[in-house]
Amino acid sequence: MDTDIILLGHGSGGKLSHQLLEELIIPTLSGVPMAGRNDAAVLEHNGSRFAFTTDSYVVDPVFFPGGNIGGLAVNGTVNDLAMVGATPLVISVGLIIEEGFSRRELAEILTSMREAADRAGVSIAAGDTKVVPRGKADRIFINTSGIGFFNHTLEINGSNARAGDKILINGTIGDHGIAVMAKREGLELDTDILSDCAALNNLIEELLEEGEAIHVLRDPTRGGVATTLKEIALQSDVSITLDEAAFPLKGAVRGVCALLGLDPLYVANEGKVLVLAAPEAAERLLERMKQHPLGRDAAIIGEVTAVGGGRVQIETVVGGMRGVEMLSGEQLPRIC
Amino acid sequence: MNYRDEFRDRDIVKGLAARIARLTADRSEPITLMEVCGTHTMSIYQYGIRRLLPPQVRLISGPGCPVCVTPVGYLDKVVAYARQPETIITTFGDMLRVPGSSSTLMLERARGADVRIVYSTLDALALAERNPGKRVIFLGVGFETTAPTIAASILTAASRGVTNYFVLAAHKTIPIPMQLLSADPELGIDGYLCPAHVSAIIGADAYRFLAEENGVPCVVTGFEPADVMQGVEMLVRQVVEKRSEVEIQYSRFVTREGNPKAQAMLLEVFTQADAAWRGIGVIPGSGLDIAEKFAAFDVERGFPVEVEVPSEPGGCLCGEVLKGKVAPSDCPLFGKACTPEEPVGACMVSSEGSCAAAHRYGQVE
Ligand code: SF4
Repeated sequence: MDTDIILLGHGSGGKLSHQLLEELIIPTLSGVPMAGRNDAAVLEHNGSRFAFTTDSYVVDPVFFPGGNIGGLAVNGTVNDLAMVGATPLVISVGLIIEEGFSRRELAEILTSMREAADRAGVSIAAGDTKVVPRGKADRIFINTSGIGFFNHTLEINGSNARAGDKILINGTIGDHGIAVMAKREGLELDTDILSDCAALNNLIEELLEEGEAIHVLRDPTRGGVATTLKEIALQSDVSITLDEAAFPLKGAVRGVCALLGLDPLYVANEGKVLVLAAPEAAERLLERMKQHPLGRDAAIIGEVTAVGGGRVQIETVVGGMRGVEMLSGEQLPRIC
Repeated sequence: MNYRDEFRDRDIVKGLAARIARLTADRSEPITLMEVCGTHTMSIYQYGIRRLLPPQVRLISGPGCPVCVTPVGYLDKVVAYARQPETIITTFGDMLRVPGSSSTLMLERARGADVRIVYSTLDALALAERNPGKRVIFLGVGFETTAPTIAASILTAASRGVTNYFVLAAHKTIPIPMQLLSADPELGIDGYLCPAHVSAIIGADAYRFLAEENGVPCVVTGFEPADVMQGVEMLVRQVVEKRSEVEIQYSRFVTREGNPKAQAMLLEVFTQADAAWRGIGVIPGSGLDIAEKFAAFDVERGFPVEVEVPSEPGGCLCGEVLKGKVAPSDCPLFGKACTPEEPVGACMVSSEGSCAAAHRYGQVE
């Protein structure tokens, strides 16, 4: 079947997205095949390191329980910088607005952006606004880019996982994806699940006090924890074993997942970080997380078991064992 | 940590595993159990249940994934309708990526067809009411679980006088193919894990002929891991004790009689018909066609389209997989030419398909 056109699955964050990046986008734009891919690029100039990243936000619905597209756009870029260990400094904002969009809602979105920036300690330093005719965009799209600096020399990236590393997460999984999905047109489930959308830079800065012990930081957004850990396993060429029973998961999230036939391991998060760290530091990191407001439900969910393989497997809640692969195509509600 | 409850309790599951092991301890011949329903297949893979069973107990997957058993010809029809002007195709998500002979709904959508994912038939009906100038077609794929919701939408449309809502019907019923498969000596099915939701509608008594006339033990089983393990334990016990009965493990939802209201709706809106199953062929009396009285809602009767000659994807063993004769990993295309990104067969598309489940959850050291 021809794939001469772009499909929605190419933007899902799963395997199709990777293929498009590897085969077309990165080779064309950079002229070199894709090497390591991290949340932000780490660049050097005149002997000092800085981090640079960009991300576009097209969430539907624009307002969802626990937040809106504005806060999401600021927090997402702040988090991408934090995931390479950088301290976020400034961000830019590009707004693409559909003709007819409510001014009141725009004000609300901008206020959320401002509040999120204040909380994260970044300034919004540049911006651009475009309005397109009705029907040429879906309400509002936002792009944010960000620059961060380093006040340490640690190398934190997805190729840095080592055998023996413990894997931690700072709280419950799947909250954002389910909060958004439950409000989609036609579904309108009555739940009290809120998005976990939050800036993680402050929490990360505290964790970085453990220094060299921290090997990988990554936020499991699109594609969820499963896709993110599989990426890390491949990038670092290690094998990972997870313990499903250790995963923090809200009962309501599990309920909606069961109803829609979704696996919470593949559902998006917006205020979560996966930390791969040396085993001797794991308990201390867990304590640090639990002391932080964004880490109260933190847990150790698995470990890097071996060098090589690029595999992820999970011991299931009932004691069985299965493999974990990347999200394929769109994760859609099942048929019955 | 709310991941645990009694239906996922490790100790309960371990206890059931130990009981199954004891029951089969001095038995060398295999016990082959078929889980008919795709949701069971998913659950078995997702919780790694095969690893908890003794080697004598074999679980094979059956034809209970609605998307998987839908033949290529149906998808070709869907594609033909999607290309019609002023037409909105409404469907549950799984159908989007199932390959037809030369296209998929996802490709058609990317090329400009109006394809909407809905979560219920009533959403599709509401869409029709909001778009009186368009033909809204719902893809009626599924078993006795979804058929009553289609019936309800047709009854509602009739009572509200909606004239632009249509169904492309390909509903199937479960018990008849089960009888066909149980008669296949190559499969040697010793017992059925009967579907949970379907049985809530049709009632456990719908399988009595299988137990009584064909001598196949049946246990209506829920989807949680402890349900599945208990269902397996009950089936193994029947086999060991040489009984063949219909038992209900999933008694919190399923009764002997089923749901009379839903059954009455099915009887009113549909008539029993022959149906084509992917890989199996036409099974007499295994489908549901829209009854004459509601013919106005049958898009095929109202607006016939020209459809390409269906061609099955080359090399795909979906049919054998659906009959439980071949494990997904035995297909030479599995994980190579056929992946969830570029599926060759329907079994690799649906979240309940055996090939998709094996691909997503199969790789264990
Ligand atoms: S692996 Fe693909 S080609 Fe092989 S049987 Fe399954 S769906 Fe068909």
